[in-house]
Amino acid sequence: MIGVTRRPTGPSLDSRAFDLLCLTMACVLGVHASHLPWWLVAALALVLALRWWQRRRHGTPPPMLLKLPLLALLAIAVVFTYGTIFGQEPGSALAVGLLVLKLLESEAPRDAKVGVSFACFGLMAALLFDQGLVATFVVALGLLPALATLRALEPAQASASLPRALLPGLALLAAAVPLALLAFALVPRLSSPLWGAPNRTEARTGLSDQMSPGDFVELLNDERPAMRVTFDGPPPPPEQRYFRAYVMWAYDGRTWEHVQLRLADGRARPLEPLEARVTTGYQVDLEPTDRTVLPALGMPMEAPAEARLSPNREVFSDKPVREPLHYALRSALYYHLQPKLPEAARRFALRLPQGLNPRTHALAAQWRARRAGDDQAIVDDALALFHDGAFRYTMSPAPLGRNAVDDFLFGTREGFCEHYASSFTVLMRAAGIPARVVTGYQGGYWNPLGNYLLVRQSDAHAWSEVWLEGRGWTRVDPTAAVRPERVSQGAAAAAGDQLGWVQTSWLASLRNQWDVVNHWWTQGVIGFDALRQRGLLTPFGIHDTGTAMLGILLAIGTALFVAIGVGWALWRRERPEPLSQALRRLEARLARAGITRRRSEGPQHYLRRAARALPAQRAELERLMNRYLELRYAHDEPVPELLREFQRAVREFRPRRVVK
Amino acid sequence: MRDALRRLQQLAERRLPALTRFRRPEPMPIELNRRRIYIVPTGFGIGFTVLLLVMLVGSLNYSNNAALLLTCMLGASGAASMLIAFRALDGLALASVSAGQAIAGQPLALTLEFESTRPRSAIRIDLGDACQAFAIDASGKADVTLPLATRQRGWQPLPRVRVWTTWPLGLFRAWSWMHPEQSVLVWPHPESGGPPPLLPADEGLRPRLHRGEDLAALRDYRSGDPRKHIAWKASARLGHLLSKDFEQPESRPEWRLDWRELEGMDTEARIARLARWLGEAHAAGRRHSLWLPGLPIEVGSGPGHYARCMSALASLP
Repeated sequence: MIGVTRRPTGPSLDSRAFDLLCLTMACVLGVHASHLPWWLVAALALVLALRWWQRRRHGTPPPMLLKLPLLALLAIAVVFTYGTIFGQEPGSALAVGLLVLKLLESEAPRDAKVGVSFACFGLMAALLFDQGLVATFVVALGLLPALATLRALEPAQASASLPRALLPGLALLAAAVPLALLAFALVPRLSSPLWGAPNRTEARTGLSDQMSPGDFVELLNDERPAMRVTFDGPPPPPEQRYFRAYVMWAYDGRTWEHVQLRLADGRARPLEPLEARVTTGYQVDLEPTDRTVLPALGMPMEAPAEARLSPNREVFSDKPVREPLHYALRSALYYHLQPKLPEAARRFALRLPQGLNPRTHALAAQWRARRAGDDQAIVDDALALFHDGAFRYTMSPAPLGRNAVDDFLFGTREGFCEHYASSFTVLMRAAGIPARVVTGYQGGYWNPLGNYLLVRQSDAHAWSEVWLEGRGWTRVDPTAAVRPERVSQGAAAAAGDQLGWVQTSWLASLRNQWDVVNHWWTQGVIGFDALRQRGLLTPFGIHDTGTAMLGILLAIGTALFVAIGVGWALWRRERPEPLSQALRRLEARLARAGITRRRSEGPQHYLRRAARALPAQRAELERLMNRYLELRYAHDEPVPELLREFQRAVREFRPRRVVK
Repeated sequence: MRDALRRLQQLAERRLPALTRFRRPEPMPIELNRRRIYIVPTGFGIGFTVLLLVMLVGSLNYSNNAALLLTCMLGASGAASMLIAFRALDGLALASVSAGQAIAGQPLALTLEFESTRPRSAIRIDLGDACQAFAIDASGKADVTLPLATRQRGWQPLPRVRVWTTWPLGLFRAWSWMHPEQSVLVWPHPESGGPPPLLPADEGLRPRLHRGEDLAALRDYRSGDPRKHIAWKASARLGHLLSKDFEQPESRPEWRLDWRELEGMDTEARIARLARWLGEAHAAGRRHSLWLPGLPIEVGSGPGHYARCMSALASLP
């Protein structure tokens, strides 16, 4: 009967708590591993493992002679690697290192508490590098050993196996979810950072404002989402799903570059006029790019808030997109862009580097002579060349020489979108047709579950715009001439990859669902800013979302949750006692008949009074009373058979109404 | 500093009993409820809160919502742990207290029996300088034994017992006082040295009884031995007569300890002397009786008898 499990409450940390502490530190190291130098991770993991083994084996604290050099070594390593100890990356490297080294001197519960606290901080710091759904989930799992460590520091508890020791933490976290969500939704966001904005040194893959053959390969293999687009109406047909990002005018024979063209007097060019009648409205959820460009479907009519249109109708945000960005746009899919081409623009659009690609120039001149001013016919000639000229679409083309376009058109004849777009544009310019390269995204995957178009980095594409008399800038996709399925089915299909297993329907639907979840995460959590906060409260008639208002709401909501929690804490489960229950049922029956038990009345007195009031049932009531008294007082515990009998008798007892 | 705080606490408890919940002794069982459970953050809890604030400002500064969510989860878990700390004590009942036996000046083993309808972990009790942690398992009962310091003989009221816990995370400390209305009897401290008790007049004169029932040894037959003591079988084997020697254990004289014989000493000295004699008698396994004013105790021996005598001594006015 004695349920006392005693532990020594002395100053030493017991082995279970130490194991859990090691596990916590290992979790912190694990979630930081992806952005720390591998050798640092390996060294720290080794220190951790050795310390765990050493304490388990000998149980003695390591000597001071070992701790100080390790500490110095860590500081030197961080400074040597990053050049500084300030900033996000060196800071996290130092913090993780210190946490692991803290294990070397963790001998008392107090050390463990300090260690766990800073491990929580370390876990949070890992989210500064990646706040994706999976990363956040993994980091949140790291809280479990941390909480379990704190729990293990308490004395006298039933011992459980190591995995089971993690469960109460999970329950605690689950119980904390409602309050956490409330706080998350209502904590006032800062309008501007208090200190240095995050410095991201790692390059993200994504569209670049330059394009030279080969650039896209990394992009086309990147399956990460670039953006998700929801349309106000039905989605546009696949051949219209061109999202324009950069318009590139400048070509040096190798690289196309996005430059802002200016007029001869240095002023910015005016916006190219756009004529369109039918427009499509849509919303874009853009993943962070660290760039200012906002891809837009077709030809955007106007820029969204905090963004502007460039003269050739690219959309640029005022600041680099570092967080997921949501914007709404309206675009024309069928349009006339700049029906009249100013002379300056024509000159820009015909400019080619001197002395390169002689065969291309010759071919273009030949076409020019034959078609005599019919630009559309020349475009068709070029497309026919791509279509019938034994060109091959491949992601790993042969390298090109100095005369890149000549080599491609008359030599290798293999490449992907940017080779086709680049050589087509050069060909057009050589033939005297104003042309420019456009990069962006084409295609995308329609997710029927979430009703949105998922555009991945691998949907990055390059095409051309040529200026035709009477039609203005017209989109021409030379890649489509070679591989029509590039436009209808996407880059992977065009590359001829055997992606059969991805196409399996259940896997595809799994991918759909996973992407929907990711979308929710990006929209609902990562992109939840002051604007969304306002949107959340507007349905409740709260339009003022100032800090004070949010603070009041937060206080009210927290009080509500705390009240619920206190209610739970105060609630005590009464163990129903069958005999009293049966008596209570009998009392209820009699009360309906008009005989209510008085507060001061014992059961015997009460039942006797009832028997007097119901003379017809006197015998029955007296029998019930005697049984009750016997059950209650004759034994320590009511005899089960007699109890059942009494319950049945009570059930069958029907008092007749007292006639007064 | 610590002493000053303690004095301040005592003053507050005297002056503001309603606020400090200075509780009078109350009959058992004592069940803890929400009116008498208090919660304060521990030092670690305060430190942890500061850390949470730092994390909050950090995640807001980098407008990192995932980190903010993590911080909120941790904060909400901490808040929930406060309720769990409360639940660890709420409904805990002290069913009974049983005291061991100890002479004045030595610690008395005090066994507290706790009851609960559900299992609980990591509950601690403070009694004076002693601290003990215990858990209650599914059986719903737990006995906790604590040493209670004693100073003088007689009935000693039980002091207040502090029941507290920092379960589950050590962030909050929930505590309550239990003051059982019960006294424990402390036995008198025996004097360190002195004369042995006066023996009754006939002590030592009674002849030793050699004839008993237990077979002690075989010896050569001496004339005059009863015939029935001759070991016939053994004698037949050896060829001469052997006689069985019977012996009865020596009856040790019983001590008649008497209050009246210690005339001329003051009460405590008498008690101390009697306590010493009782201890010596008990240690030697000697039968003894004790006469106290109004409370004569018959001759007897064994731990029960000793305890009865000592208790009688202890409760003398």
